[in-house]
Amino acid sequence: MQAGQETGIRAVQKFRERAKVLQNTRIAGGIYDLRLKTEQIAAAAQPGQFVSVYSNDHSRLLPRPISICGADPKSGELRLVFRVSGRGTEEFSRLSAGDRVDLTGPLGNGFPESVLKSQSGKTVFLIGGGIGIPPMVQLARTLAAGDDEKGVPRLISVLGFRDELFLVDDLKAYSEVVIATEDGSCGTKGNVLDAIRERNLKADVICACGPTPMLRALRAYAQETGTECWLSLEEKMACGIGACLSCVCKSTDIDEHSKVRNKRVCTEGPVFNSTDIEL
Amino acid sequence: MQPDMSVEIAGVLLKNPVMTASGTFGSGQEFSEFVDLNRLGAVVTKGVASVPWPGNPTPRICETPSGMLNAIGLQNPGEETFAKRDLRFLEQFDTKVVVNVCGHSTEEYVDCVRRLADEKRADLLEINISCPNVKEGGISFGTNPRAVEQITAAVKKAARQPVIMKLSPNVTDIREIAKAAEAGGADALSMINTITGMKIDVRRRTFALANRTGGLSGPAIHPVAVRMVWECAQSVKIPIIGMGGIADAEGALEMIMAGASAVSVGTANFRDQTTVIRVIDGIRAYLEENRIGSVRDLIGCVR
Repeated sequence: MQAGQETGIRAVQKFRERAKVLQNTRIAGGIYDLRLKTEQIAAAAQPGQFVSVYSNDHSRLLPRPISICGADPKSGELRLVFRVSGRGTEEFSRLSAGDRVDLTGPLGNGFPESVLKSQSGKTVFLIGGGIGIPPMVQLARTLAAGDDEKGVPRLISVLGFRDELFLVDDLKAYSEVVIATEDGSCGTKGNVLDAIRERNLKADVICACGPTPMLRALRAYAQETGTECWLSLEEKMACGIGACLSCVCKSTDIDEHSKVRNKRVCTEGPVFNSTDIEL
Repeated sequence: MQPDMSVEIAGVLLKNPVMTASGTFGSGQEFSEFVDLNRLGAVVTKGVASVPWPGNPTPRICETPSGMLNAIGLQNPGEETFAKRDLRFLEQFDTKVVVNVCGHSTEEYVDCVRRLADEKRADLLEINISCPNVKEGGISFGTNPRAVEQITAAVKKAARQPVIMKLSPNVTDIREIAKAAEAGGADALSMINTITGMKIDVRRRTFALANRTGGLSGPAIHPVAVRMVWECAQSVKIPIIGMGGIADAEGALEMIMAGASAVSVGTANFRDQTTVIRVIDGIRAYLEENRIGSVRDLIGCVR
């Protein structure tokens, strides 16, 4: 039996690396686009996985989990788009070309094979709310590249913003794009579900990442409409590799590993079938 | 000449004095992708109870200056799964295994210890009577000398392996607790568990942890731990395993010189998965540089 088979976790090798910063650009208020040269992580990364990023200030002990926005296996370039939300990410926002930063990754399960091999004729929603948008770029790119036998599904990115837009052009390169803004400055005034309902859009599969209220609403929408739904969760982490049990979420059933109704976001997740978890 | 790195705890010989602190290293499986477990003095497993525990709501952790707070709440899969899965996994490694045990009552500790009696892979038991994050069982036992002596005696009676009692720093005088554990028949002491703390999230205007309070660990608590190890080393005859904020060989050597026979590395594993290896190599390098034949010569050398 292969490692991870029992729990359905994709067995991937994790790497610890001191990556080199290629470029770091502010792309919106408090949002940064960090490009890193990695030896192994970018080549191994799958859509929906994340990396642990470590502070260069040793008084900050815990790595920050950041989702992978892009990974080029040939060049080894890893793209992380993150929001400054505290001291750690504030430090990362000041990284510049030539700096070094420690990483562990790729971590977590990523979106399942069944989604990555979606057939032509199917429609996939890629739904991102705020800083949940970055992993949708890597997913859209992978899905748009298609499968030799099964072709390419129709991809619709549904993006929710407070006001300022980011990563829209990146997603337009691979998918149709629908936008919702809280202040109505662009697209539908409201949230991602308002945008979906306004246009009467329908999908066979939903992939989503964003704030918990959004994920909760999508879970209910998926249940109502009988749509397959995969949600990428966020939680505070310490080890990032499944040992410390800091980052659990509630599961519908007793989990195979924990033997209680808890799943590790870093290991069984961050991507869960919406019917397997409670929010 | 290679210095002798081995130490002895309650008749169990460790190849070096460096272990992992309970709760920071799982049962070693996840970390084994980064660390050769054969190199460790011992793996100390995450606390296990006789039945599965769900733990606390999230957020369970937050970062603090040079430290972190946790309130995991001793989530564990129960002794049966632990023995079948985790202890079996550890059979392939040439290292010692310290099984950390938790419970809500004396009966639960004793029950779990009995279940572990025939587990050959469990070399030592570490009894967690000092978790600050569960209402019963944890800290309520660990802060009262009479209760510590009674539970130590009860566990000792049921245990087949040597018993290490893990002490709480959240007391007025930790020497009283150490003496009570010794009087109850403890074979060794582990110290210190985390220090109770609190962080307020000023953006959300509420507690950073769902449990409100949590246990502070990391380099922030290291000087407190060194002081307490030193105090207890003067007060009891049984060996002490020192822990609390060790992140490098210097921190480990401080503990040993203060009187610890071995050390555990905990929170620092989160920053660098290979911290334990760096600590082991650093202690050896210190012994070589200073021409000290055995690490045992350093234990309690600062009085």
